[in-house]
Amino acid sequence: MLPADVVILVCLVYVLILFAVAFAGDRRARKDQGGWLSSPLVYTLSISIYCTSWTFFGAVGSAARNGLEFVTIYLGPTIVFVGWWIFLRKLVTIGRIHHTTSIADLISARFGKNPALGALVTVVALVATAPYIALQLKALTASYQVITFHAGAVTAANIPLAPDYSTAFWVAAGLCVFSIIFGVRNIDVNERHQGVVAAIALEAVVKLVALLVVGIWVVSSVGDLPAGAFAHAPVSLLDPEGTFGTRWVTLCFLAGAAVICLPRQFQVTVVENSSESQLRTASWLFPAYLFLICLFVVPIALAGLGRLPSGSNPDLFVLTLPLSAGQDTIAMLAFLGGFSSATSMVIVSSIALSTMISNHIVMPLALRFSLVPEASAQMMRSFILGARRASIVFIILLGFLYFRLSGTSEALAAIGLISFCGVAQFLPSLVGGLYWRRATERGAIAGIAAGFAVWLYALFLPSFGDSFVMSATMIREGPWGLEWLRPHGLFGLDRFDSLVHAVIWSMLANITLFVGVSLATEPTPLARYQSRLFVDVFRRQTEGEFSVIRRIARVAELRQIADRVLGASEALALFPGGTARDPNAIASDDLISQVEHRLGASVGAATARALVSSVVTSESISVDELKRLADETEQIRAYSAELERNSRQLEAAAAELTRANARLREIDMQKDDFLSQVSHEVRTPMTSIRSFSDILLSNPDLPAGDMDRYLRIIQNESLRLTRLLDGILDLNRMENGVMGWDGRPFDPEAALDRAMESCEALAKAAHVAMKRRARASKVVVDGDEDRLAQVFINLISNAIRYNTSASPLVTVTTAVRKGAYEARISDNGPGIPEGERDRIFAKFARGPMPRQVGAGLGLAISRQIVDRFGGTLELASPGGGGAEFVLTIPLHTNPAAKRPS
Amino acid sequence: MTQARILVVEDEPNIVESLRFILAQAGFAVDVSGDGADALRRMRSGRYDAVVLDIMLPGLNGFDVLKAVRADPRLSGLPVIVLTAKGQATDRKSAQEIGASAFITKPFANADVVAQVRNLAVRK
Repeated sequence: MLPADVVILVCLVYVLILFAVAFAGDRRARKDQGGWLSSPLVYTLSISIYCTSWTFFGAVGSAARNGLEFVTIYLGPTIVFVGWWIFLRKLVTIGRIHHTTSIADLISARFGKNPALGALVTVVALVATAPYIALQLKALTASYQVITFHAGAVTAANIPLAPDYSTAFWVAAGLCVFSIIFGVRNIDVNERHQGVVAAIALEAVVKLVALLVVGIWVVSSVGDLPAGAFAHAPVSLLDPEGTFGTRWVTLCFLAGAAVICLPRQFQVTVVENSSESQLRTASWLFPAYLFLICLFVVPIALAGLGRLPSGSNPDLFVLTLPLSAGQDTIAMLAFLGGFSSATSMVIVSSIALSTMISNHIVMPLALRFSLVPEASAQMMRSFILGARRASIVFIILLGFLYFRLSGTSEALAAIGLISFCGVAQFLPSLVGGLYWRRATERGAIAGIAAGFAVWLYALFLPSFGDSFVMSATMIREGPWGLEWLRPHGLFGLDRFDSLVHAVIWSMLANITLFVGVSLATEPTPLARYQSRLFVDVFRRQTEGEFSVIRRIARVAELRQIADRVLGASEALALFPGGTARDPNAIASDDLISQVEHRLGASVGAATARALVSSVVTSESISVDELKRLADETEQIRAYSAELERNSRQLEAAAAELTRANARLREIDMQKDDFLSQVSHEVRTPMTSIRSFSDILLSNPDLPAGDMDRYLRIIQNESLRLTRLLDGILDLNRMENGVMGWDGRPFDPEAALDRAMESCEALAKAAHVAMKRRARASKVVVDGDEDRLAQVFINLISNAIRYNTSASPLVTVTTAVRKGAYEARISDNGPGIPEGERDRIFAKFARGPMPRQVGAGLGLAISRQIVDRFGGTLELASPGGGGAEFVLTIPLHTNPAAKRPS
Repeated sequence: MTQARILVVEDEPNIVESLRFILAQAGFAVDVSGDGADALRRMRSGRYDAVVLDIMLPGLNGFDVLKAVRADPRLSGLPVIVLTAKGQATDRKSAQEIGASAFITKPFANADVVAQVRNLAVRK
C-alpha cells in the first residue's frame, strides 16, 4: 500500500508538470505556429486519448472475462484509420476549412446551419458521454481506493470494494477544476488548444510507458506462472473460435464509429488538426500505438487470474499485481498511467462538450431570450466563458450522477460500450452528409432522434438496473407486460445480447429514417448550398456563401458583434479601415460572410449565423444563384453529355465545313469553267462576224450573192450572240429567282403545239420527221406558258439537232399520269452515253456531235424552269437507242389552290 | 510557182468559210477538215505546206492532233498555226510547248492569219 498523502502529492506534482507543459505549449504556439506542437507525432499521441482508463484497466478486465473480445475495441479504430483514410481526410479537410468547433457544429453546418440539429447532437453527445465519464470516475476512485487500502493489496483485491462516493465526488470536483483551468483557461475560445494537446500527448506517453512497464515486469518476473494459470483463463481466451460472431463484428463497428463520432475524438482528430500530413502519419502511427497498448493485456490478465485470489476484480489487475508483489514503484507508475488515461479523457471530453453546449444550447437560448449582456465586449465574452465553465461542471456532474445511479455491478468495458452505441448515432448523418448531396436536415434530425430514442430505451435506461426510471419487471417483461416492447427484446428479437440488440435496432431506425426522410423532404436552400461545399470540398474551396445569399447589414453593427465575441484586437483585423465614419455604411456581402465565418470559429456556425442575422436587415437569395445551385447536379450530369454532344457537333461541323469547302471549290471551278465557256461561246460568233466584216470591207467589189451571204452570216452570228447573252441572263435570273413569271393556269398542250410549230422549219431543214403520238386532253397546269414553251422548244430542237440517224425521227407523247402532266420527247439519234447522263443538265454541256448553234445552256435553263413549275425533267433510261426526256408537271389543283408566287 | 497547200481544221462552218475565202484570196490552195482524226489522215496522205488548227474540235481535240503531228517523223517541220477561242495564257503556253508554230486568238484579224500562214508556208 501507499500512503494517501504520498499518492495525492505525486498526483499534484504530476498535474503541475502537465500544467507547465500546457502553458509552455501555449506560449510556444503563440510564437511559432509550425513548431513541434503541430508535429504529426504530437497529433497522433493526442488522438490516443481514445485509450482511457477503460483501456488502461478495463482491457485486462475484459480479457480476463471475455477473452479476445477486448481486441475489437482497437481493431475498429485501426480499420478506420487505415481503411477509411479517404473518409477521414475529407472529414478533417472540411473541419479545417470551415473552422469547425465540434461534431455538432459540423453536422449542423452541413445541414444548413440548422440550430435544432446542433442542439440535438449536443444533447445526444452529452447523454452518451455521461456513462463514459462515470467510467473514468469509477476507475479513478477504485484505483485510488486500492492503492491506499490499509489492509494490503491482496486483501483489497479479494474484498469487493464498495464504491466510495465521497472520494468519487472529490475526484469529480478535482477534474472540474482541472478541466476548467486547462480547457477554458483563457478568453481565446476559438483557437486550437495547443497547450492541452501537448499535455495530453505527454499523458499518452505516460500511460503507454506505464502499461508497458507493468507488462514487461509481469512477463519477466511472473514468468514462472503457477501450473494452474491457464486453468483460470476464460474459455474464450484459449479457444477464441466462438468469439468471432455477431458480437465481434458489432463491437468492431461500434469502436470504429466511436473513434470518429466521440466528441473528444472529433476534437483532437478534426478540430485540433492543422495539416493533412498530421493525419497521414496518424493513419499508421495511431494503429501502432493501439497495438503496443494491447501487447501485454493477455499476459497481465493471465498472471492476474493465476496469481491473485479468485474473485479479485480483473479491472484492477494492472494495479493489484504489482501491489501484491510489493512493487510499490511500479504500482505508483500504473496508478499514474490510469490517472493519465482518465484525466486526459475527462479534460478533452469536457472541453469538446462544453463548446457544444455553449454554442448550440446556451447561446441560441440566450440570443432568443435576449439574455446576452450587450453592455460591453468584455461582458459578452465573459458570458461565453462562464457558459463553458458551467457546462464543464454540468458535464462532470452528469457523469458523477450516472456513476451514483448506475450501481456497482457493471464492468468498465460494458459502461464504455453504452457510450459507443450512443455516439454511433451520428455516423449515418456524418457519412451521409459528406457523400450524399440529397441528405436533408430533416432526415438527419429524424435519424439521430430515432436512433437516440431507441438507444435510450434499449440500452441506456436499462443500464441503471431498477434504480432509475425503469423497474426490473419492466426490463424483464416489457412495459405494461407488452412482450414485444421489452427493452432487450424489441419486436421479439432476443437472439442477441442487449448491446448487439440495441445497436441493430437503433442503427436500423436511424438509417431508415435518415434516408427515408431525406428522400421525402427538400433541403433548405442554405442546406443545399452547404451540401455542395461539404460533398465537393476538394472541388471548390474558395467560393463564398455570399455568392448565393445577398444580405444587407450596417458595418457599425457588424463591428459591434465582432467586438463583443472576438475582442477588439481580433475584430480590428476584420475591419481594416476601422468602423466607417458613416454609421449607416452598408457592409458588403463579402464582409458579412467573413465576419460570420470568423465568428463561427468561436461560437459555431449556427450561433454565428444567428448573431449575424440579428443585425442583417434584409436577406435575399439570389434567384439566379439558387437556380444554378438547384441545377448543379443536373448540370454536372448534363455536362459530360454536353461535352460529348459538343464534340459530336464539332465533328459534324467539321465534316459540314469540309463538304461546304469541297462544294465551294467545285462551284469555283464551275465558275471558271463557265467563264471560259462563255468566253469561247462569245468568241466563236465574234470570230465569224469580225472575219466577214473584214472581208466585206477589204473587198468592196465582191459578187452580190457572196456579199449577201456574208452579211447574212454576220446577221445570224449576231443573233446567236444575242441568244447566248439572253440565255446567260435567263439562267442568272432563274438562279437568283427573279425571273418574270406569269402564274396563271393554262393548257400545257397549247404550249407544246406552239413549240412544235416553231421547230418545224428547223426539222424540215435537217430532214427530221416529227411525230405527235398520244395526247393528254383537258389538262390544266399552273405556271408560265411561255416558259414551258421555251422548255419544249429546247428539248425538241436538241432532238432534231443531234439526230444523226439515217431516217431521223422525233416523237412527242403526252399523258396524265399519277396526278401529273407528263410529256416525253424522244428521238432515234445516237442517245446519250452513260457517262454524260448526269452532266447534260449542267451549263454548256452539249451533245457529242459536231456543234451547231446553241450555247449549251438550254437544258440547264429548262431544268430550272421545270423546277419552278414544281415538276421534274429527267433523262429516261435508254431503251432501244436514242434519247428520251421526260417532263412532269403537277396538275392545276383547284381555283383556290396556291400558285407559285 | 505552185500554190502552197493549206489544211484548215475547224468545225464552225462560218469560220471555215471565212478562212477559206481569205486564204484563197491570198493565193493558197485550201483544204478543210471538220475533225481531228480526219485531219491527221489528210496530213499524212497529202502534202501540206501549213496547217491552221482549231483547238476545240469534236473527238480528237487540237492539242491531241498537234501532239500526233510532232510525234510523226513524216510530218516533221510542218508549220501548225493554232487557233483558239479561249485565248487564255495557259492555252498559249501549252500550245507552244507541244510545238505550235504560231498561236492566234479568236476573233482574229484576217491580215494576221494571212501573214502568219504566208510567213510559215513560204519559209519552208
